Amino acid sequence: MPDPKPGIEFMQGNDACTEGALAAGLKFFAGYPITPSTEITERLAYRLPEKGGVFMQMEDELACISAIVGASWAGVKAMTATSGPGFSLMQEGIGYAAMTETPVVIVHVMRGGPSTGQPTMASQADIMQAKWGSHGDYQVIALAPFSVQESYDLTVEAFNLSEKYRVPTILLSDAEIAHMRGRIDIPARIDLVDRKELCSEKRGEAYKVPDKLVPPFATFGHGHRSFVTGMTHNAEGDIAPEDEKVQEELVRRINDKILKSQKDISRFEIVNPDAKKFIISYGSSALAAKDIAIEDEKVGLLRLKTIWPLPEEQILSVAHRARSILVVEMNKGQMVREVQRLAYSVGCKAVRFVSKLGGEAPRKKDILPVLKKMEG
Amino acid sequence: MAVQFEEFFRVDRFPHVFCPGCGIGVVMNCFYRAFNDSGLNLKDTVFTGGIGCSSRVPMYINGDMLHTTHGRAIPFATGLKLANPKLKVVIFAGDGDIGAIGGNHLINGCRRNVDLTVICINNNTYGMTGGQMSTTTPHGYLSTTSPDGNPEYPFDLSKLAAAAGANYVARWTVRHVHELVKSMGKALQKRGFAFVEVASTCPTGFGRRNNMGDPVQQLEWLKSMSVRKEKMDEEEIDQMDLNLQGLISVGEFVDRDRPSLQDILSSKKSKVKP
Repeated sequence: MPDPKPGIEFMQGNDACTEGALAAGLKFFAGYPITPSTEITERLAYRLPEKGGVFMQMEDELACISAIVGASWAGVKAMTATSGPGFSLMQEGIGYAAMTETPVVIVHVMRGGPSTGQPTMASQADIMQAKWGSHGDYQVIALAPFSVQESYDLTVEAFNLSEKYRVPTILLSDAEIAHMRGRIDIPARIDLVDRKELCSEKRGEAYKVPDKLVPPFATFGHGHRSFVTGMTHNAEGDIAPEDEKVQEELVRRINDKILKSQKDISRFEIVNPDAKKFIISYGSSALAAKDIAIEDEKVGLLRLKTIWPLPEEQILSVAHRARSILVVEMNKGQMVREVQRLAYSVGCKAVRFVSKLGGEAPRKKDILPVLKKMEG
Repeated sequence: MAVQFEEFFRVDRFPHVFCPGCGIGVVMNCFYRAFNDSGLNLKDTVFTGGIGCSSRVPMYINGDMLHTTHGRAIPFATGLKLANPKLKVVIFAGDGDIGAIGGNHLINGCRRNVDLTVICINNNTYGMTGGQMSTTTPHGYLSTTSPDGNPEYPFDLSKLAAAAGANYVARWTVRHVHELVKSMGKALQKRGFAFVEVASTCPTGFGRRNNMGDPVQQLEWLKSMSVRKEKMDEEEIDQMDLNLQGLISVGEFVDRDRPSLQDILSSKKSKVKP
């Protein structure tokens, strides 16, 4: 199967994600069948070997995340794809990737939970899990696509950010976006970022990050005698599990490198920036919200593409301008708490919430009645 | 060309964490000899392990090191090896790491016949955490979590690896140093999954609670309990009951040359893309 030609195509969200990953230079994929992410695994089973990469179906999701971290240390771009229960199993390895600063991409197609829940239906109930799922203080980058197009574009971004910051990066898709079929414009060329190799003279996007926050990557087999461990370690890689200073410095740095780069990592869309009533939403929850904002110029929309690190600056800027904010998401209240925290801090107390449960993305009829009652 | 001891080991990291009388020192010494005889290059070798005393061995070897999560060294190594087949990947693992939390990865690694060399140091206990029962603690033996004797039956890890499809499987005790060096050497040269189990000693965690607190006592125990595989076969001892009778069969269990996963993937690639 040849690469899709640049230009307009008709494609499924999961397939667009797969093609985005290949365009970004994916060379190793480990997957385990799970709805609604399986199409990614299936497509890569024949697409990746064609492109000279390695496809592996592992025995479970613990093995998937472990295998991609191993592959990344061999110096290649690596990815896995999963959903709900599989993402829970991967938390151990995500923490390891964060601690060892391994660039990997995890596609998480959110479905209804808890537990087995709704394998074929959408939800956004794992956005906090994406940030807090593994034990300890760490950061990840998480991006939420909103369309077939973004399933491609943000997968490329996920690889670039992961390489630049040496951090596990999660594409937080959902069943609605993943199985949506629609228009996609395959770009003729894309900009790629490759990790900064230790002792390399090469210059590129990744080299713009200060060494102090993102150390260069010591690929295995390149003579670095790398020392990679999930234990508390110093800059040389030596373990120091009982050294307070080493632990503090390490944990601060792996958090700071992401939190201090919010501006660089934040991706978002704004519709009607001067509106006094604002919707904040993301992923498939923003589908109807965007229609509303396009039809009514009095309603603004801040659609987050970056979920973590939270684009605080943009949320604060909306809270400064708007009289009221409506958060629309498919869970019992996750992003809304973050928005409240920020909005309250600048005196905007009117934060309302549409909590859509059940597995279908919110429609206009779910949003408009709440919006009508809001101050604007 | 022989690698000097000081060059092979990260001597700057010594003293190591292992207790006096621990069998790991013997394993490291045997491995050093086997590696030196193998003609392999440290620069192109990655040493990996999970969590536990045995998984600490790679920290003292001067190659690239990936110290992973508990039980998962095999899938980490699988990704690493397939992503760069030029690398030699060696795993050091304990019985707790590879026989319990990583048991699924062990059997699937063997089944896939990935090009990996696994040195499994079986000391019948969780040493790092202070001597709890493991999946290889003999039936009836004492540990901090089996104060009345282990009510469960142990795994025979080598038989498990053999049945699951590994290309090379051997087991020796830390008393069988010559055989061990030879088997480690074979394992390092083998294409496909190679598994060398070493019945080892843990005087601190295991021996002490089972009237073998003196390292020599535990070595004597290993001597009296180990029986050559050939003799086991002759005497028709139920080999699946390893350790039930206190016996440890030693020898080479499997030495075959099924195509490794890498061999199969490479030949497939050439078929797809001329």
